[in-house]
Amino acid sequence: MAEKKSLGKEFSKGLISENPVLRLVLGTCPTLAVSVSVTNAIGMGIAATIVLICSNVVISALRKVIPSKIRIPAYIVVIASFVTIVQMLVKAFVPALNDALGVYLPLIVVNCIILGRAEAFAGKNPVAASFFDGLGMGIGFTFALIVMATVREIIGSGTFLEGIDSLTALFGVTSFTGFTLFENPIGVIVMAPGGFLVFGLVMALANKIAEGRGKPKAELKGCDACPMASACGAACVGGSCESSEKEEQAV
Amino acid sequence: MINGKKLNVSISPHLRSSVTTRSIMLDVIIALCPALIASGVIFGLRALILTAVSVAACVIFEYAFRKFSHRSNTIGDLSAVVTGILIAFNCPSSIPFWMVIVGDAFAIIIAKQCFGGIGQNFVNPAIAGRIFMLLSFKQMTQWTQPGAGFMNLAGVQAITGATPLAASAEELPSLWEMFIGMRGGCLGETCIAALLIGFIYLLIKKVISPVIPCFYIGTVAVIMLIYGKGDLTFTAYQLLSGGLVLGAVFMATDYTTSPISRKGKIIYAIGCGLLTSLIRLFGSLPEGVSYSIILMNIFTPLIERFTTPKPFGTPKKEKKQKEAEA
Repeated sequence: MAEKKSLGKEFSKGLISENPVLRLVLGTCPTLAVSVSVTNAIGMGIAATIVLICSNVVISALRKVIPSKIRIPAYIVVIASFVTIVQMLVKAFVPALNDALGVYLPLIVVNCIILGRAEAFAGKNPVAASFFDGLGMGIGFTFALIVMATVREIIGSGTFLEGIDSLTALFGVTSFTGFTLFENPIGVIVMAPGGFLVFGLVMALANKIAEGRGKPKAELKGCDACPMASACGAACVGGSCESSEKEEQAV
Repeated sequence: MINGKKLNVSISPHLRSSVTTRSIMLDVIIALCPALIASGVIFGLRALILTAVSVAACVIFEYAFRKFSHRSNTIGDLSAVVTGILIAFNCPSSIPFWMVIVGDAFAIIIAKQCFGGIGQNFVNPAIAGRIFMLLSFKQMTQWTQPGAGFMNLAGVQAITGATPLAASAEELPSLWEMFIGMRGGCLGETCIAALLIGFIYLLIKKVISPVIPCFYIGTVAVIMLIYGKGDLTFTAYQLLSGGLVLGAVFMATDYTTSPISRKGKIIYAIGCGLLTSLIRLFGSLPEGVSYSIILMNIFTPLIERFTTPKPFGTPKKEKKQKEAEA
């Protein structure tokens, strides 16, 4: 029973309380780049989630075999293999998505959520827990992407779910191609400054919600959750590292 | 309060200047009035309505956000009114009202209040609002030509044309027309004469120092003279066109976002002038006043760091010794 409960916890923590984008501030670069349309966000979220689950499971299974000194290259090899598989699948089945995501699809290899979870969680925990951690974090990432993309697409492009037929074509549905809501959208929102703007506002909202539930503002619970824990020189003070280190990992 | 009956034991300051944020902002509003009247004459009644809408929106956003964030209300200091007027001055008169309101919302809520309100904003809110609109709406660069009639309320872009910065030589209005503002452009930027009246008023009331406007416009003049190989007409057109005078007098001189020391102001103003000239001459945009001011706004803390005045009487050597010791 206790085992089951903790697995559920590993899964649910990634959704909101340790949401990788909004609370751990990981994977910011793909988040800003991809969240211009909801279709891209869903595609990117699914691709990253698949890679995250697979790499978490494999790394967790191999955690006693991989020597700790070369673990980062080893993790990267595992992650890159899965990214290559996913990229080939996307190219074959959803070419439009491949074009839309561009370089950010192969860049999942260096997505800090995936490497961060491998380093912080999968390298130290059993396979089942790592699977649920990956699933939760992946869905959390997708959720954050979709929230940001919804805001940015509606305000910045005046459309919603534009180009969704490239995804639904997998299931043989191509009739629905998204809504066009209005003309004269506020174009800056889909540009880079708008990305930062919406990201900041959504993060502020997430902090507000977390605060309302009596949780501290975006911060890590102890060194175990910190992706930089093993490389971090700071002393572990009361389950959290020194503030300067904490800020660094946020980059 | 020395004239009180009891012995006053409050801490200093005991004598206060009568200058308040409110009085300064009121002076700025008065200084903007000639340009406002000119915009009404040049572009018609819609220009005045647009300004009123923008001011109302700014004040309402400021009031609502301060209320929402449980902070003291600051609409009484009139800074939101100034922002509202300046944003309207940065729009062509044909722009739909809701676009101006969106720009106001960005300027007041994001650029000003999210950073702590007046005195805390890292860029000038009016410039931020203008750039937000410029990046978003193509209507921001559809200039209405003057003479559409005073009662032309529809905002139909019946007579639109390029701003003189992008126009070819034959279409250019004469220098006198440029000076009195009979040309296409944003509401408040066209009538140079009215802006200069406001400038002189601000100088007399000592609200702004002449350093920033003079060095800003001077830098642009020098660069344009060099680029035009001494062509005075070209230089004069460059100085009178676009938002240069409006930006140099009313937006680059914002207290919060410009350096305090004289040396810092000079560096800041030359930087603005340099960037404006470079954007106009070599950039892909016809106008660069707003971008150059916002960039120098961001540089202001850095400029202030290097131009901190030495306290009176501090020997020069001491600093070097300290550095050597450290």
